Formats: sequence, C-alpha cells, structure tokens
Amino acid sequence: MKVNELASLEGFSTLSLPDGEREICGVYIGDLLSWVMGRAKADDAWITIMSNINIVAVASLADVACIILAEGVQLERAVIETAQAKGINILSCSLPAFEISKTFFEKL
Amino acid sequence: MAEALTFHYDVDGENFTSAGQASVQVKKNLRQLGFDPETIRRVSIAMYEGEINMVIHAGGGTADVTVDDGCIEIILSDTGPGIANIEQAMQEGFSTAPDNIRTLGFGAGMGLPNMKRYTDYMHIDSVVGEGTTITMKVNY
Repeated sequence: MKVNELASLEGFSTLSLPDGEREICGVYIGDLLSWVMGRAKADDAWITIMSNINIVAVASLADVACIILAEGVQLERAVIETAQAKGINILSCSLPAFEISKTFFEKL
Repeated sequence: MAEALTFHYDVDGENFTSAGQASVQVKKNLRQLGFDPETIRRVSIAMYEGEINMVIHAGGGTADVTVDDGCIEIILSDTGPGIANIEQAMQEGFSTAPDNIRTLGFGAGMGLPNMKRYTDYMHIDSVVGEGTTITMKVNY
C-alpha cells in the first residue's frame, strides 16, 4: 500500500506528503523515540501521539514510510515545514492507534 | 576504497530541537557513497542515539566518522560528567535523563542498548568528572 493511497482514505488528512509513492510494508506503534528507533523497521508506517520536532529526525533515521499521528494530535507549523524539507510523510487521523492499525489488516 | 574517508561534526549541546543534525548529515553522505539502506540505517541510528546522549547529559561533544574498507567507525567524545556504572547504563530501561527530556519521548533508557544493537562493535571509555568516548564500528 502506498502512502498516497492511505492519505486518500476517509478519516486521514495530510500534513506533509513529499514522498507519497513510498510503499508501506509494515506498521509500528510507539511513543518512546528510542524504542521506535530500536524496533521499527524500514518502510513501516509509524503510528504515534508524539508531536515534537524530534519525530522528524527519528522517522528519517529509522527510514519509516510515514508517520501517522493518532487521536487527532496536531503539529506546529515548524514541524510540518521541517518534515516537508526532509522528505518525511506525515498523516493525521482522529482515531486511536489500534483503530488506525486495523486499516492495514487487509491491505498489508 | 583507496583511502579512508573521514567526517568531523561538532554536536551543539544547547539546542535540543536541532539534535540529530550530524547523524542526518552522515546519512546523506553514506547515501551519496552508495551504501545499502540497512547499513545507513544502522550507522545513523547508532550515531543519533549517541548525539542525543551528548545533548542530554554532556552539553554536546564531537563526532568523528571514518569510512574504511569494510567498516564504518564512529567515535563520539564529550567532556561531560562521565558514566559511573557502565554495566548499569547498558541495561535497557535504565535512565538518568531528567523529566523534561522524557516528555519529549527520550530518556527511556534505550540509547546505549540501541547503539550496541545496531553496531558490530562498541566500546565505552568513561571517567567520572572528565568525560566519555564511545567507539562504534559497523561492518559492511
């Protein structure tokens, strides 16, 4: 499933989508950034409620396909601009992480 | 590779929001050199964890990366407080990070364990009150 396809689904909104053709191959859910870097795999969709600027660096270094902000978490403009500049996809969704992960059950 | 390539970075200890710039730069350099994505991921995550540690605990430091035949070496040096008990610091979940760092999603006690997890060799030299030097190697 491509990040573009996920972004077009009902309930998902786009905050930063510089690399929408990126393929999502798995899902990782977590808010502790070092834990995410230790456990998430490249090309995962990373679901989190963390919203500070460091999520952009973590997503870049862990090489995840996109960040999905759960529970309607909002981002400061500076974080969105950094994500766009660094080529990091970020989507947002009002649902909790478990509900978001269900989206992938049939698509991965 | 005829001659080893070296990169030097200064890690700013004052600015937590820009932490990671050196590792992101290393990631770019390795990509330009044509390294495979998993090697790049291992090097840049190990280095980022070290960078974050230097910002949280040591007021910054330096990072030196050497790309040699078959091996990428990362040396992180600081003049911070040092690590009193390295064995304890290496345990997953052990952390001395302050609460404000935890609210940012760091300080989970995973930094040093992740650095070991993603590298083929890791050695910590630390003297309390003088500083810490960490040497890591990733084979490719």
